[in-house]
Amino acid sequence: MPHLLSAHDLPLAPMLERIRQYREGTTPRQGRGTIALLFYEPSTRTRGAFEQACVMLGYHPLVLTPSISSIVKGESLADTVRTLCAQGVRAIVIRHPHAGAAHTASRFSTVPILNAGDGAHEHPTQALLDIYTLWSHRGYPNPHTRWLEGVKVAIVGDVKHSRVARSNAILLTQAGAEVWLCAPPTLLPDAPLPGVQQTHSIEQALQNAHVVMALRLQTERMESGFLPSLNAYRRDYQITEARLQVAHPDCVVMHPGPIQRGVEIEDAVADGSRSLILTQVQVGLTVRAVCLEYALEN
Amino acid sequence: MDYLLANGRVLDPSQNRDEVAHLVIRGGRIAEITPILPSDPSLKRIDCDGLWVAPGLVDIHVHLREPGQSYKETLQTGGAAALAGGFTTICCMPNTEPPLDSPTLVREIRQRAERETPCRVYVVAALTQGMAGEQLCDYHALKQAGAIACSDDAFPVQNAEVMRRAMLACAAYGLPVVTHCEDKSLSAGGSMHRGVVSSLLGLQGIPASSETVQIARNALLAWETGCQLHLQHLSTAVGVALVRFFKAQGVRLTCEVCPHHLLLTDSACEGYDTNAKMNPPLRTESDRRALSEGLIEGVIDCIATDHAPHAPFEKERTFPDAPFGIVGLETAFGCIGLWNHQQGTPLSPLEWIRLMSTAPAQILNLTAGTLQVGAPADVVVLDPHARWIVNPDEFRSKGRNTPFRGWELIGKVRYTFVGGECVYSAAG
Repeated sequence: MPHLLSAHDLPLAPMLERIRQYREGTTPRQGRGTIALLFYEPSTRTRGAFEQACVMLGYHPLVLTPSISSIVKGESLADTVRTLCAQGVRAIVIRHPHAGAAHTASRFSTVPILNAGDGAHEHPTQALLDIYTLWSHRGYPNPHTRWLEGVKVAIVGDVKHSRVARSNAILLTQAGAEVWLCAPPTLLPDAPLPGVQQTHSIEQALQNAHVVMALRLQTERMESGFLPSLNAYRRDYQITEARLQVAHPDCVVMHPGPIQRGVEIEDAVADGSRSLILTQVQVGLTVRAVCLEYALEN
Repeated sequence: MDYLLANGRVLDPSQNRDEVAHLVIRGGRIAEITPILPSDPSLKRIDCDGLWVAPGLVDIHVHLREPGQSYKETLQTGGAAALAGGFTTICCMPNTEPPLDSPTLVREIRQRAERETPCRVYVVAALTQGMAGEQLCDYHALKQAGAIACSDDAFPVQNAEVMRRAMLACAAYGLPVVTHCEDKSLSAGGSMHRGVVSSLLGLQGIPASSETVQIARNALLAWETGCQLHLQHLSTAVGVALVRFFKAQGVRLTCEVCPHHLLLTDSACEGYDTNAKMNPPLRTESDRRALSEGLIEGVIDCIATDHAPHAPFEKERTFPDAPFGIVGLETAFGCIGLWNHQQGTPLSPLEWIRLMSTAPAQILNLTAGTLQVGAPADVVVLDPHARWIVNPDEFRSKGRNTPFRGWELIGKVRYTFVGGECVYSAAG
């Protein structure tokens, strides 16, 4: 069963090529049936993109959130998945606050599971979207090569709790990039992740960086004692035009959204010429369609 | 019925005995151990060629889930699991619903166990009322009711002064204090060992320091109060070093290790297998190695399983939501056999039996772990070389939650006798 639980499960090069074809006008083959979108956490971008992707491929999206399903009556994840399978859905897209929830779901599923974000673990379709954005920005180099060789990517923010950072680290290093994770000491992963650099110094992370990805900072991190104050975070880690002076002159800036303007990134950067943030949003739908197609075709 | 266990390798650590001989059980007691084959035709003869004849195994760390959680395990099913695993004496933990914090409950469980399982069941009572870590229990009354030690197990006392007073009082009544060492302020929210694997999996970690901080605190308090302290399920290399240090200072301190901490590391959590979730968690390879060395060196005093059955629907939850714990009674002997084999057999047969029978009995002052003539015939017949595949669907325990499903273990229980009765036989 071709579950899509981790960025490791994505065949990167063929997927990039397929996304490009659809972006340039190729019409995907139409499927039939229902795809369940099981969202235990709020989401605008990911849920919306998956919903539209279902429609684009001819499927009916069945959106389930805790408040409008039996989850609120205490039905377990395992039983919800078993029920959806018995109802004949073709695939299940799941977003859940617990790391590993997509793995758990896959154990009880007879249809493909697509991970749309599981706790602080992974968000593989977001990472695919991010790397596609870079691929198109760099003029579609041969995706079967290590096309990000010599490119430094700095991922800045609450890395410890970020599923986006983990999935991106996997795909970016696969394509040959030099990945740096940067966060305040308390928000770095407990142990260094393999194959990537880790630092609490933003200067070191941004030095000669070709790509900077800012992560959203959840305000609960202040309440739970990880950070002294929002101001201290802003002062030391906000992505600003001034800070980017040490980066590569052609440095681009990305953000998985939702942005908190004035916290992790200043307006001038988010809306400036370096920003790829809107491109990221634009490719979201196609990326999800290609992921669904991959899971359903194989 | 009286039995003749003929021609087995008789191993009795309590008498330092290791010889091929014939063991006779009469009237429920060990009648004799003799090199000359008795010819009494009234004895039911069991051929033990190539097998070990040893005192029944003793597990001082078992969760029987009664009262209140009989959907997970009962005295009957837990007892049957123990006997199938070669254990004739087990100590049940007080974290039940309600907790075993009163003499009435302690008496009730002891009396019920006598009726409901042939396995000998001793009760470890709670250390504080409701295991809330605030008010002391009535240790005098608990002792009179038959409690053999006190522990708040998985809800360890966080307040150091409460722990100090509990130790002072337990010392006075001759009750050992048994502790699961975990500083909850360091481990809160965690579901596996904090390290490389937890970082990759995005799971909140339980640092090694949450164990070692409390080992140090509890050992220091035992030193000060003179209380007898037993540390449960050591999981860290630094923990072993701390125990070594405090023992060298003469602190009345013993400790145990679980088979799973000797065989597995945190990498077993990859794929989010909830059967690899227990507390303390599986740690790193260097911790595993230090525990192995500690056991071989004698810093670690005994083996215990921390048998913790859960219902399948509970272990079906997501990794952070699933309860801690795995079953261990029916796999312990084979796990230690496998571990000993992997290590190049550092444990002699006598030492192996000592760690799983005589030593744990001595730690909690239980009348078990011996083949002395005249002692109750709690005897186990073991095939130390038998290789077998773990199939949890065949467990006597209600719990199926083991990380060893499909593993080939080395060492199998053939017969278990309690008070001279054959209460388990592998044949059926």
